[in-house]
Amino acid sequence: MRATTRRVPGGRGLRAGLAAVLAGILAAVSACGGGDDNEPSDGTIELTVDVFGEFGYEQLYKQYEASHPNIKIRQRKVAELDQYKPRLQQWMATGKGAGDVVALEEGILPTYMQQPDRFVNLFDYGAASLEQNFLPWKWKMGLTPDGKKLVGLGTDIAPMVMCYRKDLFKKAGLPTDRDEVSKLWPDWNSFLETGKKFQAKVPQTKWLDGPAAIWRTLVSQEGGKTVGYTYFDTSNNLVFDKNPAVKTAFDTTLRFQTEGLTANMRIFTPEWQTALKRDTFATLPCPAWMLGGIEEFSGNYGKGKWDLAALPGGAGVWGGSWLAVPKQSKHPKEAAELAKFLTSPQGQLAAFKDKNTFPSSPQAQKDPAVTGKTNPYFGDAPIGKIFSEMAAAVKPIHLGPKNEDVREDVEDVLLGVGQGQIKASDAWNRAVEAAAKAAR
Amino acid sequence: MSVELRPATPGRNRTGPKRTAPRGASGRGWRVRLARLDMRVSPYLFISPFYVIFLIFGAFPLVFTIWVSLHDWELASGLRDFIGLGNYRELLGDEAFWRSVVNTIGIFFLSTVPQLLLALWVANLLNRRLRASTFYRIGIVAPMVTSTAAVAIVFGQLFARDYGMVNWLLGQIGVDPIDWQASRGWSWVAISAMVDWRWTGYNALIYLAAMQAIPKDLYEAAAIDGASRLRQFWQITVPMLRPTIIFTVIISTIGGLQLFTEPVLFGSGRMDGGPVHQYQTVTMYMFDNAFRSDHYGYGAAIAWMLFLMIIVFSLLNFLFVRRAGGGR
Repeated sequence: MRATTRRVPGGRGLRAGLAAVLAGILAAVSACGGGDDNEPSDGTIELTVDVFGEFGYEQLYKQYEASHPNIKIRQRKVAELDQYKPRLQQWMATGKGAGDVVALEEGILPTYMQQPDRFVNLFDYGAASLEQNFLPWKWKMGLTPDGKKLVGLGTDIAPMVMCYRKDLFKKAGLPTDRDEVSKLWPDWNSFLETGKKFQAKVPQTKWLDGPAAIWRTLVSQEGGKTVGYTYFDTSNNLVFDKNPAVKTAFDTTLRFQTEGLTANMRIFTPEWQTALKRDTFATLPCPAWMLGGIEEFSGNYGKGKWDLAALPGGAGVWGGSWLAVPKQSKHPKEAAELAKFLTSPQGQLAAFKDKNTFPSSPQAQKDPAVTGKTNPYFGDAPIGKIFSEMAAAVKPIHLGPKNEDVREDVEDVLLGVGQGQIKASDAWNRAVEAAAKAAR
Repeated sequence: MSVELRPATPGRNRTGPKRTAPRGASGRGWRVRLARLDMRVSPYLFISPFYVIFLIFGAFPLVFTIWVSLHDWELASGLRDFIGLGNYRELLGDEAFWRSVVNTIGIFFLSTVPQLLLALWVANLLNRRLRASTFYRIGIVAPMVTSTAAVAIVFGQLFARDYGMVNWLLGQIGVDPIDWQASRGWSWVAISAMVDWRWTGYNALIYLAAMQAIPKDLYEAAAIDGASRLRQFWQITVPMLRPTIIFTVIISTIGGLQLFTEPVLFGSGRMDGGPVHQYQTVTMYMFDNAFRSDHYGYGAAIAWMLFLMIIVFSLLNFLFVRRAGGGR
């Protein structure tokens, strides 16, 4: 009797235990399923915009909300592209979670251009009339090869120039004025010869920081000049070892490595950051965003020492994005309208004024705010004018879905040569191997 | 009396006197059954929250990884082709994978052996009567609470090629600067230094705790017999620490084979482990394949190979340490 009566409270304990377990499971399950489907019921539409880094859209959202009272805009910003990329992959793969408007960076665009069906065709929402708002190559890269589907509308671009150290140039007896310096290197060969001359005079300083920027630039320049594609042909077959443009670009870059003209560094590593406060290298290929990097890392030491000149061999871009509307969006029409607004010449101009993202729209580039833009850190160089000229000269190229992987792995081979880990005679074969593996 | 007692036996309830009937014969039986169930089941229920969470967040991903590893699995393109053991077959012939295995094992030996010896020595020192011993004891675990970003910056400066402090010191004694990043061996040394800096204190603390549990009279007896401090250390401390040493060796093996943070920091956050992958570890290779190249199936296969490697190595180490200790 005693035993049983004593156990009765145990029954309550059991129920309490069960309840606790159930509550635990419930909490765990609801934590997994925390969705974003909290649609307001009063008829307003909430649009989510997914971006990384700084797009400079905050003011534009307010403006758009003011003129479209039924729309509310929520921005989800991820600081780093590297963190943004896998998130976007998951959203696109699982078919849910993506914003109504997503930013596609240059490096990830080719992958998604292979799956245009996952995105809204912006032609269906009246984007066809916008073509003249963009540089032709920027427009074309957001378009499927057959020209029938428009996946992305261009936002910013990052045209390239060549940054150089005036003080070191003077030391080597080279001209220091940016126009004269530009005349020193109409092509990469003369750039290399100037480098040899420079290092003969100033042996403790290297000509360039590393091979990566010239490799990337040369490939797109050579590809743009010849067949219009680089590592992958227009049907996305790997043609790394068959495309003469790639071979030319590789051989030229390799010469910089075998002549010992680079410091064998990668950008933004601690060593590279330290090097900017010393006299480790004299030139640095500069996309628009690099100017801020030099100013940050070179600081007071480099003040008044840096300037910028033309890029050898023509034009180049490194970076820039597009806005796209995933098919999974519940409000494709409103999302497309927002994307059109943000990428309009006025939108791009506002973003430039706010965060210095260089516009891909020729109209925006002609605005006095852009043309009159100078950079005091670089001797008041008219960067707005220089970047616009560079951007207009870029030739469109087709990029394969694994373009970035191939580029990075071949970059490793070039660095390996500079570090003495790979013989120059083996370099091409190693590069072909690396490309094949990266493209698999 | 006997009438009073009868209802106590639950089995007789139904035949019991009428006055117990209002409480309901079935009600009693239900309670009894519940009570039995309670005794059997509730302990499991009480420990179940952990297992439920573990099932969802631990076991499920584990099993799912096996499933993924049997596929050609890409996230961006949505590719999901079942290829059976194809990934594993490719992996066995993958030069880059085996290079990462060699790197991992090389760094593991270079870091773990000095680390555990050093930890033992430090623990022995701290076990003596010291002034401000708490200060030193906290001091040795300070590296563990240092932010990894700070570690990356400091070691980046120490082992930099052009303006690094280690190269500067070497220069003072007339040694040529070393390109720590470029050379395979030297990059291992630099990474091992980072690993040891972070984990020696942790192991020392474990040894110290075990040392404090060794009865003092053993040392006193040995001292009376004229045993030196060194002899006491080898003949008393080390044998008494054997279970602890086995524990640290196993834990270090598991940690060492999964080495990730330090080499990634050394390579400024890149997963390739240098231009010729001279310090790319298995976990970095896995990460590189899954998240950068978007070959999730291949990455999952690497994860399982790593799991097998860890089991084999842990067993080998266990046997080795036990044998080495048993000889005495």
